[in-house]
Amino acid sequence: MQPPAEHVHWLFATGFLLLGLCLLAEAVVGTEVWRRRAWRAYLWPGIAFALGVLLWPVMVLYTNSTIHMIAHGAWAQVLMLGAATELGLVRGKLQSRWWRLGMTSVYLVSGIAFLVHEQNPWFFQRSAFLHHLLGWTLVVSAIFPLARSIRPRSHAAAVGFALTFVVVAVLLYCDRDVAPVFGHISPLAGPPHR
Amino acid sequence: MNAELVTELEVRAHLTARARIVSALGPLTALAGIGWALLQPYRITLLHPRGETFWFLFVEPPLLVIAVGLFFHFVIAPGLLEDLEDERATPR
Repeated sequence: MQPPAEHVHWLFATGFLLLGLCLLAEAVVGTEVWRRRAWRAYLWPGIAFALGVLLWPVMVLYTNSTIHMIAHGAWAQVLMLGAATELGLVRGKLQSRWWRLGMTSVYLVSGIAFLVHEQNPWFFQRSAFLHHLLGWTLVVSAIFPLARSIRPRSHAAAVGFALTFVVVAVLLYCDRDVAPVFGHISPLAGPPHR
Repeated sequence: MNAELVTELEVRAHLTARARIVSALGPLTALAGIGWALLQPYRITLLHPRGETFWFLFVEPPLLVIAVGLFFHFVIAPGLLEDLEDERATPR
């Protein structure tokens, strides 16, 4: 009954897409309007926290290699931590804007984990390519949560922060366990899925 | 007086633009899902099941994208648009 890895990627992509849409809407209407209803204020940090919790079963069940387990465990911890700081900021328990650096660490640790746990080169096959792309996308995009910490009212930082999740969702949806990338697949990768 | 009116009209136009963007997010997402389904119909295994296992029938990526778009449009956007309208109505 364990889902194939590509299905897990697609399910997480769905969570990230919803997260991205919520953040994009918040960036468009402004934080004041977004937080007018309590449930909405907690919505995106709550989704992020839930995604962090859901990464634990991924760590436990997908034990392809030690590096996979470490990567998934690091994601789970850092995503829960980043989301928890955002929940604390929404609740008012945390006041300093520097707590927003929690999400910067999510981007950086996730990006590095993607890059480190992908053992194959870029053009080995599609999931290898996408893991490299996801890793670098997250590392480079860490500039957005960082800018959000320094200038909390920056519109560009908020939009970039939101769009990163949408891009991550798109890349995760493109992921296949074994499939060619740009018409290329390594003979070592195995038979491609349809 | 005219300057005040112009400022008020500018604020209203800005709010309307924001409302339009929020209203469009859900449908655009759903539309992207529909476009994907049309481009890659084989990603929806429910259309032509050939003995696939449970997960291949349960997790259909284009349908998930459509579902996210519809959820945003029907659950999140209406309240947000109401609050945007309230913000416009509230005197500053």
